[in-house]
Amino acid sequence: MSRYSIFSLARNALSYHENWGRAWRSPAPSREYDVVIVGAGGHGLATAYYLAREHNAGRIAVLEKGWLGGGNTGRNTTIVRSNYLWDEAALLYEKSLKLWEGLSQDLNYNVMFSQRGVMNLGHNLQDLRDIYRRCSANRLNGIDAEFLTPEDIKRKVPIMDTSPHTRYPVLGASFQPRGGVARHDAVAWGFARAADRLGVDIIQNCEVTGILREAGRVKGVQTSRGTILAPKVGVVVAGHCGVLAEMAGFRLPVESHPLQAFVSEPIKPVLHTVIMSNAVHGYVSQSDKGELVIGAGIDSYTGYGQRGSFNTIEGNVAAIVALFPMFSRVRMMRQWGGIVDTCPDACPIISKTPVEGLYFNCGWGTGGFKATPGSGWVFAHTIARDEPHALNAAFTIDRFHTGALIDEHGAAGVAH
Amino acid sequence: MLKIKCPWCGERDQSEFSYGGEAHIVRPAEPDELGDEQWGDYLFFRTNTKGLHREQWVHSGGCRRWFNAVRDTVSYRFHGVYRHGEEGPGKDEPGSPS
Ligand SMILES: Cc1cc2nc3c(=O)[nH]c(=O)nc-3n(C[C@H](O)[C@H](O)[C@H](O)COP(=O)(O)OP(=O)(O)OC[C@H]3O[C@@H](n4cnc5c(N)ncnc54)[C@H](O)[C@@H]3O)c2cc1C
Ligand SMILES: [Zn+2]
Repeated sequence: MSRYSIFSLARNALSYHENWGRAWRSPAPSREYDVVIVGAGGHGLATAYYLAREHNAGRIAVLEKGWLGGGNTGRNTTIVRSNYLWDEAALLYEKSLKLWEGLSQDLNYNVMFSQRGVMNLGHNLQDLRDIYRRCSANRLNGIDAEFLTPEDIKRKVPIMDTSPHTRYPVLGASFQPRGGVARHDAVAWGFARAADRLGVDIIQNCEVTGILREAGRVKGVQTSRGTILAPKVGVVVAGHCGVLAEMAGFRLPVESHPLQAFVSEPIKPVLHTVIMSNAVHGYVSQSDKGELVIGAGIDSYTGYGQRGSFNTIEGNVAAIVALFPMFSRVRMMRQWGGIVDTCPDACPIISKTPVEGLYFNCGWGTGGFKATPGSGWVFAHTIARDEPHALNAAFTIDRFHTGALIDEHGAAGVAH
Repeated sequence: MLKIKCPWCGERDQSEFSYGGEAHIVRPAEPDELGDEQWGDYLFFRTNTKGLHREQWVHSGGCRRWFNAVRDTVSYRFHGVYRHGEEGPGKDEPGSPS
Protein backbone atom coordinates (compact mmCIF):
# COMPACT_ATOMS: atom_id res chain seq x y z
CA MET A 1 0.00 0.00 0.00
CA SER A 2 1.51 3.32 -1.02
CA ARG A 3 2.04 6.33 1.18
CA TYR A 4 -0.03 9.38 0.46
CA SER A 5 2.18 12.31 -0.56
CA ILE A 6 2.47 15.12 -3.06
CA PHE A 7 4.25 12.64 -5.35
CA SER A 8 1.55 9.97 -5.16
CA LEU A 9 -0.98 12.71 -5.85
CA ALA A 10 0.92 13.84 -8.95
CA ARG A 11 1.46 10.26 -10.13
CA ASN A 12 -2.23 9.43 -9.79
CA ALA A 13 -3.23 12.65 -11.51
CA LEU A 14 -1.57 11.25 -14.65
CA SER A 15 -4.19 8.48 -14.73
CA TYR A 16 -7.05 10.79 -13.79
CA HIS A 17 -7.15 9.45 -10.21
CA GLU A 18 -8.71 6.20 -11.44
CA ASN A 19 -6.01 3.91 -10.08
CA TRP A 20 -5.72 4.69 -6.40
CA GLY A 21 -5.28 1.47 -4.43
CA ARG A 22 -7.76 0.39 -1.79
CA ALA A 23 -7.18 2.08 1.58
CA TRP A 24 -7.55 -1.21 3.51
CA ARG A 25 -8.01 -4.91 2.77
CA SER A 26 -11.22 -6.82 3.35
CA PRO A 27 -9.96 -10.14 4.74
CA ALA A 28 -12.00 -13.17 5.72
CA PRO A 29 -11.80 -13.77 9.47
CA SER A 30 -9.16 -16.24 10.70
CA ARG A 31 -10.16 -18.86 13.25
CA GLU A 32 -7.94 -17.38 15.89
CA TYR A 33 -6.28 -14.10 16.89
CA ASP A 34 -4.16 -12.87 19.78
CA VAL A 35 -6.49 -9.92 20.33
CA VAL A 36 -10.02 -9.32 19.07
CA ILE A 37 -11.46 -5.80 19.22
CA VAL A 38 -15.25 -5.57 18.96
CA GLY A 39 -16.49 -2.38 17.26
CA ALA A 40 -14.82 -0.53 14.39
CA GLY A 41 -15.64 2.98 15.50
CA GLY A 42 -12.80 5.43 15.93
CA HIS A 43 -12.02 4.10 19.41
CA GLY A 44 -11.83 0.44 18.33
CA LEU A 45 -9.70 1.23 15.29
CA ALA A 46 -7.39 3.49 17.31
CA THR A 47 -7.03 0.73 19.89
CA ALA A 48 -6.02 -1.77 17.20
CA TYR A 49 -3.60 0.71 15.64
CA TYR A 50 -1.78 1.44 18.91
CA LEU A 51 -1.83 -2.26 19.88
CA ALA A 52 0.04 -3.02 16.68
CA ARG A 53 2.30 0.04 16.71
CA GLU A 54 3.18 0.41 20.39
CA HIS A 55 2.74 -3.07 21.83
CA ASN A 56 3.53 -5.61 19.12
CA ALA A 57 0.38 -7.42 20.17
CA GLY A 58 0.50 -10.14 17.49
CA ARG A 59 -2.47 -11.02 15.30
CA ILE A 60 -5.23 -8.46 15.80
CA ALA A 61 -8.75 -8.35 14.37
CA VAL A 62 -11.39 -5.62 14.60
CA LEU A 63 -14.94 -6.95 14.20
CA GLU A 64 -17.68 -4.59 13.09
CA LYS A 65 -21.34 -5.47 12.74
CA GLY A 66 -22.01 -2.80 10.11
CA TRP A 67 -19.49 -0.67 8.26
CA LEU A 68 -16.50 0.94 9.94
CA GLY A 69 -17.19 4.42 11.26
CA GLY A 70 -20.96 3.97 10.85
CA GLY A 71 -21.72 4.38 14.56
CA ASN A 72 -21.28 7.51 16.66
CA THR A 73 -17.90 8.16 15.03
CA GLY A 74 -19.65 9.09 11.78
CA ARG A 75 -22.58 10.81 13.48
CA ASN A 76 -21.03 13.27 15.89
CA THR A 77 -20.47 17.01 15.75
CA THR A 78 -16.66 16.56 16.00
CA ILE A 79 -15.85 18.99 18.80
CA VAL A 80 -12.37 18.38 20.23
CA ARG A 81 -11.17 19.98 23.47
CA SER A 82 -9.58 19.03 26.77
CA ASN A 83 -10.87 21.64 29.23
CA TYR A 84 -12.33 19.21 31.78
CA LEU A 85 -12.43 20.05 35.47
CA TRP A 86 -10.95 17.15 37.38
CA ASP A 87 -7.31 16.04 37.04
CA GLU A 88 -8.15 12.49 35.95
CA ALA A 89 -10.40 13.59 33.10
CA ALA A 90 -8.36 16.63 32.10
CA LEU A 91 -5.13 14.64 31.77
CA LEU A 92 -6.82 11.90 29.75
CA TYR A 93 -8.43 14.35 27.30
CA GLU A 94 -5.23 16.40 27.14
CA LYS A 95 -3.23 13.31 26.18
CA SER A 96 -5.76 12.84 23.41
CA LEU A 97 -5.49 16.47 22.29
CA LYS A 98 -1.70 16.11 22.08
CA LEU A 99 -2.14 13.04 19.89
CA TRP A 100 -4.62 14.97 17.70
CA GLU A 101 -1.97 17.62 17.13
CA GLY A 102 0.24 15.14 15.29
CA LEU A 103 -2.40 12.70 14.06
CA SER A 104 -2.50 13.52 10.33
CA GLN A 105 1.29 12.99 10.15
CA ASP A 106 1.18 9.86 12.32
CA LEU A 107 -1.52 8.24 10.21
CA ASN A 108 -0.38 9.67 6.85
CA TYR A 109 -4.02 10.69 6.45
CA ASN A 110 -5.51 14.17 6.60
CA VAL A 111 -8.00 14.12 9.46
CA MET A 112 -8.58 17.85 8.90
CA PHE A 113 -7.97 18.68 12.55
CA SER A 114 -8.65 22.39 12.77
CA GLN A 115 -7.69 24.18 16.01
CA ARG A 116 -10.15 27.01 15.67
CA GLY A 117 -10.86 27.23 19.40
CA VAL A 118 -13.81 26.19 21.53
CA MET A 119 -15.91 28.66 23.50
CA ASN A 120 -18.13 27.55 26.41
CA LEU A 121 -20.68 30.24 27.25
CA GLY A 122 -21.94 31.23 30.69
CA HIS A 123 -25.40 32.72 31.14
CA ASN A 124 -25.72 33.28 34.86
CA LEU A 125 -23.62 33.95 37.92
CA GLN A 126 -23.16 30.29 38.81
CA ASP A 127 -22.08 29.49 35.24
CA LEU A 128 -19.42 32.19 35.53
CA ARG A 129 -18.13 30.88 38.86
CA ASP A 130 -17.91 27.40 37.36
CA ILE A 131 -16.12 28.73 34.29
CA TYR A 132 -13.56 30.64 36.42
CA ARG A 133 -12.98 27.54 38.48
CA ARG A 134 -12.60 25.31 35.44
CA CYS A 135 -10.22 27.75 33.68
CA SER A 136 -8.06 27.89 36.79
CA ALA A 137 -8.05 24.11 37.16
CA ASN A 138 -7.15 23.75 33.49
CA ARG A 139 -4.19 26.12 33.79
CA LEU A 140 -2.88 24.26 36.83
CA ASN A 141 -2.92 21.15 34.64
CA GLY A 142 -1.03 22.93 31.86
CA ILE A 143 -4.10 23.15 29.62
CA ASP A 144 -4.76 26.35 27.71
CA ALA A 145 -7.77 28.24 29.02
CA GLU A 146 -8.84 31.87 28.80
CA PHE A 147 -11.71 33.77 30.32
CA LEU A 148 -13.66 35.96 27.90
CA THR A 149 -15.90 38.90 28.78
CA PRO A 150 -19.01 39.65 26.68
CA GLU A 151 -16.96 42.33 24.87
CA ASP A 152 -14.22 39.79 24.01
CA ILE A 153 -16.91 37.40 22.78
CA LYS A 154 -18.56 40.06 20.62
CA ARG A 155 -15.18 40.89 19.05
CA LYS A 156 -14.51 37.23 18.23
CA VAL A 157 -18.04 36.33 17.16
CA PRO A 158 -19.85 39.47 15.98
CA ILE A 159 -22.95 37.55 14.87
CA MET A 160 -23.76 36.38 18.40
CA ASP A 161 -26.44 38.26 20.32
CA THR A 162 -24.56 39.34 23.45
CA SER A 163 -27.00 42.07 24.43
CA PRO A 164 -28.12 42.06 28.07
CA HIS A 165 -31.79 41.93 27.07
CA THR A 166 -32.06 38.30 26.00
CA ARG A 167 -33.77 35.66 28.11
CA TYR A 168 -30.38 34.01 28.85
CA PRO A 169 -27.82 36.81 28.43
CA VAL A 170 -24.25 35.88 27.54
CA LEU A 171 -22.19 36.95 30.57
CA GLY A 172 -18.83 35.42 29.72
CA ALA A 173 -17.13 32.32 28.38
CA SER A 174 -14.17 30.03 28.69
CA PHE A 175 -12.06 29.70 25.58
CA GLN A 176 -9.64 26.94 24.70
CA PRO A 177 -7.65 28.08 21.64
CA ARG A 178 -6.19 24.60 20.97
CA GLY A 179 -9.65 23.04 20.76
CA GLY A 180 -11.49 22.72 17.49
CA VAL A 181 -13.00 20.21 15.10
CA ALA A 182 -11.85 17.35 12.87
CA ARG A 183 -13.33 15.39 10.00
CA HIS A 184 -15.02 12.41 11.69
CA ASP A 185 -15.05 10.03 8.70
CA ALA A 186 -11.41 10.73 8.03
CA VAL A 187 -10.55 9.78 11.60
CA ALA A 188 -12.15 6.34 11.16
CA TRP A 189 -10.65 5.88 7.71
CA GLY A 190 -7.20 7.12 8.74
CA PHE A 191 -6.99 4.78 11.73
CA ALA A 192 -8.40 1.91 9.64
CA ARG A 193 -5.85 2.39 6.88
CA ALA A 194 -2.94 2.80 9.29
CA ALA A 195 -3.98 -0.26 11.33
CA ASP A 196 -4.44 -2.31 8.18
CA ARG A 197 -0.92 -1.38 7.05
CA LEU A 198 0.38 -2.82 10.32
CA GLY A 199 -1.40 -6.11 9.59
CA VAL A 200 -4.63 -5.65 11.54
CA ASP A 201 -7.60 -7.51 10.00
CA ILE A 202 -10.65 -5.24 9.86
CA ILE A 203 -13.70 -7.42 9.36
CA GLN A 204 -16.92 -5.60 8.53
CA ASN A 205 -20.44 -7.06 8.47
CA CYS A 206 -19.41 -9.32 11.32
CA GLU A 207 -21.66 -8.99 14.35
CA VAL A 208 -20.55 -10.39 17.69
CA THR A 209 -23.44 -12.43 19.10
CA GLY A 210 -21.82 -14.14 22.06
CA ILE A 211 -18.75 -14.03 24.28
CA LEU A 212 -17.13 -17.41 24.86
CA ARG A 213 -15.94 -17.97 28.41
CA GLU A 214 -14.44 -20.84 30.36
CA ALA A 215 -13.66 -20.85 34.06
CA GLY A 216 -13.95 -17.08 34.32
CA ARG A 217 -11.69 -16.44 31.33
CA VAL A 218 -12.59 -15.21 27.88
CA LYS A 219 -12.02 -17.72 25.06
CA GLY A 220 -13.21 -15.79 22.04
CA VAL A 221 -16.40 -14.58 20.43
CA GLN A 222 -19.33 -15.97 18.50
CA THR A 223 -20.08 -13.93 15.41
CA SER A 224 -22.41 -13.88 12.44
CA ARG A 225 -19.40 -15.18 10.51
CA GLY A 226 -18.51 -18.05 12.82
CA THR A 227 -16.57 -18.55 16.01
CA ILE A 228 -13.36 -16.58 16.45
CA LEU A 229 -11.00 -17.56 19.24
CA ALA A 230 -8.84 -15.12 21.18
CA PRO A 231 -7.31 -15.01 24.66
CA LYS A 232 -8.00 -11.27 24.84
CA VAL A 233 -11.12 -9.41 23.76
CA GLY A 234 -11.56 -5.63 23.92
CA VAL A 235 -15.13 -4.36 23.59
CA VAL A 236 -15.61 -0.79 22.27
CA VAL A 237 -19.19 -0.65 21.04
CA ALA A 238 -20.45 2.65 22.51
CA GLY A 239 -24.29 2.50 22.78
CA HIS A 240 -24.29 -1.29 22.58
CA CYS A 241 -21.96 -1.88 25.55
CA GLY A 242 -24.89 -3.04 27.69
CA VAL A 243 -25.82 -5.66 25.11
CA LEU A 244 -22.26 -7.00 25.02
CA ALA A 245 -21.99 -6.91 28.83
CA GLU A 246 -25.13 -9.03 29.04
CA MET A 247 -23.50 -11.57 26.71
CA ALA A 248 -20.60 -11.73 29.16
CA GLY A 249 -22.87 -12.05 32.18
CA PHE A 250 -22.54 -8.70 33.98
CA ARG A 251 -24.22 -5.30 34.09
CA LEU A 252 -22.76 -1.83 33.59
CA PRO A 253 -23.58 1.53 35.18
CA VAL A 254 -24.40 2.81 31.69
CA GLU A 255 -27.60 3.74 29.91
CA SER A 256 -27.96 4.27 26.17
CA HIS A 257 -29.81 7.33 24.89
CA PRO A 258 -30.53 8.85 21.50
CA LEU A 259 -28.48 11.94 20.69
CA GLN A 260 -29.28 14.05 17.64
CA ALA A 261 -27.51 16.50 15.37
CA PHE A 262 -28.24 18.31 12.13
CA VAL A 263 -26.54 20.39 9.46
CA SER A 264 -27.71 23.35 7.42
CA GLU A 265 -27.27 24.18 3.78
CA PRO A 266 -23.77 25.57 3.12
CA ILE A 267 -23.44 29.30 3.67
CA LYS A 268 -20.52 31.72 3.45
CA PRO A 269 -18.06 31.72 6.37
CA VAL A 270 -19.73 33.38 9.36
CA LEU A 271 -18.50 31.38 12.34
CA HIS A 272 -14.79 30.61 12.71
CA THR A 273 -14.81 28.99 16.15
CA VAL A 274 -16.89 26.44 18.07
CA ILE A 275 -19.65 27.74 20.34
CA MET A 276 -21.13 25.64 23.12
CA SER A 277 -23.67 26.47 25.78
CA ASN A 278 -24.67 24.12 28.56
CA ALA A 279 -27.40 26.36 29.88
CA VAL A 280 -29.40 26.77 26.68
CA HIS A 281 -28.35 23.32 25.43
CA GLY A 282 -26.83 23.81 22.06
CA TYR A 283 -23.54 23.84 20.24
CA VAL A 284 -22.62 24.94 16.78
CA SER A 285 -19.66 25.22 14.44
CA GLN A 286 -19.31 25.78 10.71
CA SER A 287 -17.78 23.05 8.59
CA ASP A 288 -15.17 23.78 5.94
CA LYS A 289 -17.92 23.23 3.36
CA GLY A 290 -19.93 26.02 4.99
CA GLU A 291 -22.64 23.98 6.70
CA LEU A 292 -23.65 24.88 10.22
CA VAL A 293 -23.16 21.76 12.33
CA ILE A 294 -25.56 21.81 15.28
CA GLY A 295 -25.93 19.33 18.11
CA ALA A 296 -28.75 18.81 20.58
CA GLY A 297 -29.01 17.30 24.05
CA ILE A 298 -29.85 13.64 24.64
CA ASP A 299 -33.42 12.45 24.70
CA SER A 300 -34.29 11.68 28.29
CA TYR A 301 -35.52 8.13 27.59
CA THR A 302 -33.22 5.23 26.84
CA GLY A 303 -33.14 4.18 23.22
CA TYR A 304 -31.29 2.13 20.64
CA GLY A 305 -33.08 3.60 17.62
CA GLN A 306 -30.46 6.04 16.20
CA ARG A 307 -33.15 8.70 16.15
CA GLY A 308 -34.70 10.95 18.75
CA SER A 309 -37.71 13.14 19.40
CA PHE A 310 -38.69 16.20 17.48
CA ASN A 311 -39.29 18.30 20.59
CA THR A 312 -35.63 17.86 21.54
CA ILE A 313 -34.60 19.39 18.24
CA GLU A 314 -37.17 22.12 18.59
CA GLY A 315 -35.71 23.24 21.92
CA ASN A 316 -32.23 23.05 20.47
CA VAL A 317 -33.10 25.19 17.44
CA ALA A 318 -34.77 27.76 19.69
CA ALA A 319 -31.55 28.07 21.71
CA ILE A 320 -29.36 28.44 18.63
CA VAL A 321 -31.64 31.05 17.05
CA ALA A 322 -31.73 33.02 20.29
CA LEU A 323 -27.91 33.13 20.27
CA PHE A 324 -27.63 33.73 16.52
CA PRO A 325 -30.75 35.54 15.27
CA MET A 326 -29.37 35.59 11.70
CA PHE A 327 -29.54 31.78 11.56
CA SER A 328 -33.33 31.85 11.78
CA ARG A 329 -33.72 31.73 8.01
CA VAL A 330 -31.05 29.10 7.30
CA ARG A 331 -32.52 25.86 5.98
CA MET A 332 -31.55 22.58 7.59
CA MET A 333 -30.49 19.83 5.19
CA ARG A 334 -30.02 16.67 7.19
CA GLN A 335 -30.80 15.42 10.67
CA TRP A 336 -29.81 12.15 12.34
CA GLY A 337 -29.18 10.45 15.66
CA GLY A 338 -26.67 8.19 17.37
CA ILE A 339 -26.85 5.97 20.45
CA VAL A 340 -24.75 7.35 23.25
CA ASP A 341 -23.61 5.39 26.30
CA THR A 342 -23.99 7.71 29.29
CA CYS A 343 -22.37 7.09 32.68
CA PRO A 344 -23.72 8.52 35.94
CA ASP A 345 -20.58 10.68 36.40
CA ALA A 346 -20.25 11.70 32.73
CA CYS A 347 -16.87 9.95 32.52
CA PRO A 348 -15.88 6.85 30.57
CA ILE A 349 -15.12 3.32 31.71
CA ILE A 350 -11.81 1.95 30.36
CA SER A 351 -11.41 -1.10 32.43
CA LYS A 352 -10.84 -4.74 33.14
CA THR A 353 -14.06 -6.66 33.81
CA PRO A 354 -15.20 -9.57 36.00
CA VAL A 355 -14.16 -11.84 33.10
CA GLU A 356 -10.41 -12.31 32.78
CA GLY A 357 -8.99 -11.25 29.42
CA LEU A 358 -12.13 -9.26 28.64
CA TYR A 359 -11.81 -5.46 28.61
CA PHE A 360 -14.47 -2.79 28.17
CA ASN A 361 -14.07 0.75 26.87
CA CYS A 362 -17.43 2.57 27.03
CA GLY A 363 -19.47 5.23 28.75
CA TRP A 364 -18.08 8.08 26.63
CA GLY A 365 -21.65 9.22 26.18
CA THR A 366 -22.02 12.48 24.36
CA GLY A 367 -18.34 13.41 24.27
CA GLY A 368 -16.01 10.65 23.19
CA PHE A 369 -15.02 11.75 19.69
CA LYS A 370 -12.42 14.16 21.09
CA ALA A 371 -10.92 11.26 23.02
CA THR A 372 -10.55 8.90 20.06
CA PRO A 373 -6.73 8.78 19.87
CA GLY A 374 -6.20 8.99 23.63
CA SER A 375 -8.81 6.33 24.33
CA GLY A 376 -7.14 3.99 21.84
CA TRP A 377 -3.75 4.74 23.38
CA VAL A 378 -4.69 3.84 26.95
CA PHE A 379 -7.00 0.96 26.00
CA ALA A 380 -4.25 -0.65 23.91
CA HIS A 381 -1.98 -0.39 26.94
CA THR A 382 -4.64 -1.88 29.22
CA ILE A 383 -5.18 -4.86 26.92
CA ALA A 384 -1.51 -5.49 26.11
CA ARG A 385 -0.28 -5.28 29.71
CA ASP A 386 -3.41 -6.54 31.41
CA GLU A 387 -3.26 -3.46 33.62
CA PRO A 388 -4.38 0.13 33.10
CA HIS A 389 -2.17 2.95 31.89
CA ALA A 390 -1.62 5.65 34.54
CA LEU A 391 -4.04 7.87 32.61
CA ASN A 392 -6.98 5.46 32.80
CA ALA A 393 -6.30 3.86 36.18
CA ALA A 394 -9.17 5.84 37.74
CA PHE A 395 -11.70 4.93 35.05
CA THR A 396 -12.65 1.47 36.30
CA ILE A 397 -16.09 -0.11 36.51
CA ASP A 398 -15.24 -0.55 40.16
CA ARG A 399 -15.47 3.15 40.92
CA PHE A 400 -19.26 2.76 41.01
CA HIS A 401 -18.80 0.44 43.95
CA THR A 402 -16.02 2.28 45.79
CA GLY A 403 -17.67 5.66 45.25
CA ALA A 404 -14.59 7.25 43.63
CA LEU A 405 -16.65 8.94 40.91
CA ILE A 406 -15.18 11.62 38.67
CA ASP A 407 -18.02 14.07 38.36
CA GLU A 408 -17.63 15.87 35.04
CA HIS A 409 -21.23 16.97 34.59
CA GLY A 410 -20.07 20.59 34.70
CA ALA A 411 -17.54 20.25 31.90
CA ALA A 412 -19.33 17.54 29.96
CA GLY A 413 -22.78 18.93 30.78
CA VAL A 414 -24.45 19.32 27.46
CA ALA A 415 -23.94 16.79 24.73
CA HIS A 416 -20.55 17.02 23.02
CA MET B 1 -43.15 13.15 18.72
CA LEU B 2 -44.28 10.13 20.70
CA LYS B 3 -47.84 9.87 21.97
CA ILE B 4 -48.02 8.56 25.52
CA LYS B 5 -51.14 7.30 27.21
CA CYS B 6 -51.33 8.54 30.79
CA PRO B 7 -53.38 5.98 32.79
CA TRP B 8 -55.41 8.89 34.21
CA CYS B 9 -55.59 11.48 31.41
CA GLY B 10 -55.35 9.40 28.26
CA GLU B 11 -53.19 10.02 25.23
CA ARG B 12 -51.05 13.18 25.21
CA ASP B 13 -47.90 14.48 23.50
CA GLN B 14 -44.58 13.27 24.82
CA SER B 15 -43.57 16.86 25.66
CA GLU B 16 -46.03 16.76 28.60
CA PHE B 17 -44.13 13.88 30.20
CA SER B 18 -40.77 13.34 31.90
CA TYR B 19 -38.83 10.12 31.96
CA GLY B 20 -38.09 8.42 35.26
CA GLY B 21 -35.75 5.56 34.32
CA GLU B 22 -35.97 1.80 34.84
CA ALA B 23 -38.99 0.61 36.83
CA HIS B 24 -39.21 -1.92 39.67
CA ILE B 25 -35.90 -1.05 41.29
CA VAL B 26 -36.76 -1.68 44.91
CA ARG B 27 -35.27 0.57 47.56
CA PRO B 28 -33.27 -1.59 49.98
CA ALA B 29 -35.42 -2.53 52.97
CA GLU B 30 -32.45 -2.64 55.37
CA PRO B 31 -30.10 0.13 54.20
CA ASP B 32 -27.72 -0.39 57.14
CA GLU B 33 -27.12 -3.99 56.14
CA LEU B 34 -25.92 -3.11 52.66
CA GLY B 35 -22.27 -3.17 51.58
CA ASP B 36 -20.68 -0.80 49.05
CA GLU B 37 -21.15 -3.30 46.26
CA GLN B 38 -24.90 -3.58 46.80
CA TRP B 39 -25.31 0.18 47.23
CA GLY B 40 -23.42 0.72 43.97
CA ASP B 41 -25.63 -1.80 42.19
CA TYR B 42 -28.78 -0.18 43.54
CA LEU B 43 -27.71 3.37 42.66
CA PHE B 44 -25.88 3.03 39.38
CA PHE B 45 -26.21 -0.32 37.62
CA ARG B 46 -29.08 -0.76 35.17
CA THR B 47 -30.30 -3.39 32.70
CA ASN B 48 -30.12 -0.90 29.80
CA THR B 49 -32.37 -3.28 27.89
CA LYS B 50 -32.42 -3.37 24.11
CA GLY B 51 -36.01 -4.40 23.45
CA LEU B 52 -39.04 -4.32 25.78
CA HIS B 53 -38.18 -2.19 28.80
CA ARG B 54 -40.22 -1.54 31.94
CA GLU B 55 -39.78 2.09 32.91
CA GLN B 56 -41.28 4.99 34.82
CA TRP B 57 -42.82 8.15 33.42
CA VAL B 58 -44.44 11.13 35.10
CA HIS B 59 -47.12 13.29 33.51
CA SER B 60 -45.31 16.42 34.65
CA GLY B 61 -47.20 18.82 32.38
CA GLY B 62 -50.56 17.29 33.29
CA CYS B 63 -51.85 15.42 36.32
CA ARG B 64 -48.28 15.09 37.69
CA ARG B 65 -48.76 11.43 38.53
CA TRP B 66 -46.21 8.67 38.08
CA PHE B 67 -46.88 5.43 36.22
CA ASN B 68 -45.06 2.54 34.59
CA ALA B 69 -44.82 1.70 30.92
CA VAL B 70 -43.54 -1.11 28.76
CA ARG B 71 -41.73 0.41 25.78
CA ASP B 72 -39.63 -1.06 23.00
CA THR B 73 -36.28 0.75 23.18
CA VAL B 74 -35.56 0.05 19.51
CA SER B 75 -38.84 1.12 17.86
CA TYR B 76 -39.78 3.37 20.84
CA ARG B 77 -43.33 1.96 20.56
CA PHE B 78 -45.30 1.78 23.82
CA HIS B 79 -46.69 -1.68 24.55
CA GLY B 80 -48.77 -0.66 27.52
CA VAL B 81 -48.95 1.52 30.62
CA TYR B 82 -49.96 0.59 34.14
CA ARG B 83 -50.37 2.32 37.48
CA HIS B 84 -48.02 1.68 40.37
CA GLY B 85 -49.13 -1.36 42.28
CA GLU B 86 -50.77 -2.88 39.22
CA GLU B 87 -49.41 -6.01 37.64
CA GLY B 88 -48.91 -4.62 34.17
CA PRO B 89 -48.56 -6.85 31.14
CA GLY B 90 -48.39 -10.54 32.03
CA LYS B 91 -45.47 -11.93 33.99
CA ASP B 92 -44.50 -14.28 31.21
CA GLU B 93 -44.21 -11.63 28.57
CA PRO B 94 -40.82 -10.24 27.63
CA GLY B 95 -39.74 -7.33 29.75
CA SER B 96 -41.70 -8.48 32.75
CA PRO B 97 -40.14 -7.63 36.10
CA SER B 98 -37.97 -10.40 37.49
C1 LIG C 1 -25.12 13.41 17.55
C2 LIG C 1 -23.85 13.20 18.29
C3 LIG C 1 -22.97 14.27 18.51
C4 LIG C 1 -21.77 14.08 19.18
N1 LIG C 1 -20.91 15.14 19.29
C5 LIG C 1 -19.69 14.96 19.83
C6 LIG C 1 -18.74 16.03 19.82
O1 LIG C 1 -18.99 17.13 19.31
N2 LIG C 1 -17.52 15.81 20.41
C7 LIG C 1 -17.21 14.61 20.98
O2 LIG C 1 -16.11 14.50 21.52
N3 LIG C 1 -18.08 13.57 20.98
C8 LIG C 1 -19.31 13.71 20.40
N4 LIG C 1 -20.20 12.66 20.38
C9 LIG C 1 -19.84 11.40 21.05
C10 LIG C 1 -18.95 10.56 20.16
O3 LIG C 1 -19.51 10.43 18.88
C11 LIG C 1 -18.75 9.16 20.76
O4 LIG C 1 -18.43 9.22 22.12
C12 LIG C 1 -17.62 8.43 20.05
O5 LIG C 1 -17.71 8.57 18.66
C13 LIG C 1 -17.64 6.97 20.43
O6 LIG C 1 -16.74 6.29 19.58
P1 LIG C 1 -16.75 4.76 19.49
O7 LIG C 1 -15.71 4.36 18.51
O8 LIG C 1 -16.68 4.21 20.87
O9 LIG C 1 -18.23 4.42 19.01
P2 LIG C 1 -18.89 4.08 17.59
O10 LIG C 1 -18.37 4.91 16.50
O11 LIG C 1 -20.36 4.10 17.84
O12 LIG C 1 -18.38 2.62 17.34
C14 LIG C 1 -18.93 1.47 17.94
C15 LIG C 1 -19.07 0.43 16.86
O13 LIG C 1 -19.41 -0.82 17.46
C16 LIG C 1 -20.22 -1.50 16.54
N5 LIG C 1 -20.95 -2.58 17.23
C17 LIG C 1 -21.97 -2.49 18.10
N6 LIG C 1 -22.39 -3.71 18.49
C18 LIG C 1 -21.60 -4.61 17.85
C19 LIG C 1 -21.53 -6.04 17.83
N7 LIG C 1 -22.38 -6.80 18.56
N8 LIG C 1 -20.60 -6.64 17.06
C20 LIG C 1 -19.74 -5.89 16.30
N9 LIG C 1 -19.76 -4.54 16.28
C21 LIG C 1 -20.67 -3.90 17.05
C22 LIG C 1 -21.14 -0.42 15.99
O14 LIG C 1 -21.70 -0.80 14.76
C23 LIG C 1 -20.17 0.77 15.87
O15 LIG C 1 -19.62 0.91 14.58
C24 LIG C 1 -21.42 12.81 19.71
C25 LIG C 1 -22.29 11.74 19.50
C26 LIG C 1 -23.48 11.91 18.79
C27 LIG C 1 -24.38 10.73 18.55
ZN1 LIG D 1 -51.97 12.41 33.50
